[in-house]
Amino acid sequence: MGTTEIFRIVLLVLLIACAVAVNLTKNLMQAVIIFMSYSSIMCILWILMQSPDLAITEAAVGAGISGTLFLMTLKKIEAEDAGEKKRKKKRAGKRS
Amino acid sequence: MITHLWINNEEAVAIILFGIGFTMLLFQKNLLKKLIGMNIMDTGTFLFLASMGYIEGRRPPIVENGVLERSAYINPVPAGLVLTGIVVSVSVTAIMLSLTVRLYKRYHTLDIDEMYERSKHAAEDR
Amino acid sequence: MKKAFHRFYNLIAVICCLLLIGVLLYAVSMLPHYGQENPRSVEVVERYVHDGLEETGATNIVAGMILDYRAFDTLGESHVLFTALICVIILLGKDVKNMRREYDGYYTVEYESYHKLADDKILRLVGYILLPCLFLFGIYILLNGQLSPGGGFSGGAIMGAALIIFAAAFGFETVDKVFTEKVLKGVTFVSLAFYSFAKGYVFFTGANGLENHVPKGEPGMILSGGLILPLDIAVGMVVACTMYGFYSLFRRGSIGHDHTFMDQQ
Repeated sequence: MGTTEIFRIVLLVLLIACAVAVNLTKNLMQAVIIFMSYSSIMCILWILMQSPDLAITEAAVGAGISGTLFLMTLKKIEAEDAGEKKRKKKRAGKRS
Repeated sequence: MITHLWINNEEAVAIILFGIGFTMLLFQKNLLKKLIGMNIMDTGTFLFLASMGYIEGRRPPIVENGVLERSAYINPVPAGLVLTGIVVSVSVTAIMLSLTVRLYKRYHTLDIDEMYERSKHAAEDR
Repeated sequence: MKKAFHRFYNLIAVICCLLLIGVLLYAVSMLPHYGQENPRSVEVVERYVHDGLEETGATNIVAGMILDYRAFDTLGESHVLFTALICVIILLGKDVKNMRREYDGYYTVEYESYHKLADDKILRLVGYILLPCLFLFGIYILLNGQLSPGGGFSGGAIMGAALIIFAAAFGFETVDKVFTEKVLKGVTFVSLAFYSFAKGYVFFTGANGLENHVPKGEPGMILSGGLILPLDIAVGMVVACTMYGFYSLFRRGSIGHDHTFMDQQ
């Protein structure tokens, strides 16, 4: 078994570890970041599998853009909560 | 069977990833976690397809020095299929995420059971 | 009663999952060994590898495949991207109808956070250093699609990511000066229309045995591969516009500068 083979198997194990970790974390932010690292590991695997086209696309799309979209959704949800709080305060102020 | 799985370890890992994603889709109550599970299912499928095309000791499918024999390059067909698949999976994710944002605006929760309860109450209130 | 049903449901779901994984793993154990050629699927590959360079003129066989032999697949896919962008505009775009009175607090908070990020010094410095390289790299990959790994999808995605970093580091105001909603819609429409017409022409002449007037060029040069380079550029433009559009819609609810809502604040 050569070093490339061992490296590949380590990457595969890390891939499963990342997937399980996403499943188990409670914090959504951590889940998204683990998912982004999962995509990066996938990208290295594709270089090892001799498909550089896929590696470039996965690095830009999987790790970059879809991760950004998930983070944007989280931020939007936070802003929604803050807006809700503000609205409640406004209502309470009007009542008193 | 185990020895065969060890030889086919790449495909086996792809199937396990598919299973993990499927389990996440079924058991997670959080909508964002469900979406990440769907993405993991996607990548599992891509890994499976790409690993079917990999042939040991061959180069990526880019013609060098005019060598035009099949025995020199890996299988280019799965690479082309997966390339389109990756970009489609992003657009699907974007649509799902915007639906999630709309649902959150309506019910102020990401938990799908809670959302169901609240939708029932909203119907009763009306 | 309800709890018992839930437990029963969970049990059934676990069994289904395990069964699915087991069946699939059993199927995998009977596949040809990893890293060896599957002798049942060689005819198509033989044709693509052996005649691909002559028939398409592209050194990168994958590019020749997805933009020449299977170009309708790619055409459908770029339309999928466009449709996705329209769906996101419908779902997240701000307009008078979907903005309710009670949510006005939400937009102020979002407006504040959107200005705060643009003032980040570290992000701005990184943007100054990184952005020229990123755009250059994206364009390089886009233009070399027929010669080296890359092409429309990867180059477009990198350029879209660069635009996203640009918008995050220097604020949407800077991007809006050049890249408005009109520009985005125009670029996407022209790219898709060009793709459809060019590929329609090639398929029409090819199917009817007419002479095709697109020169193939010398393999290995930048201007080679016939229609592959222009089609690559079209696909790349669509992908870049879509990615930036997603980001902008998620961030502020509109692609260009939104006069009706942002100026009120």
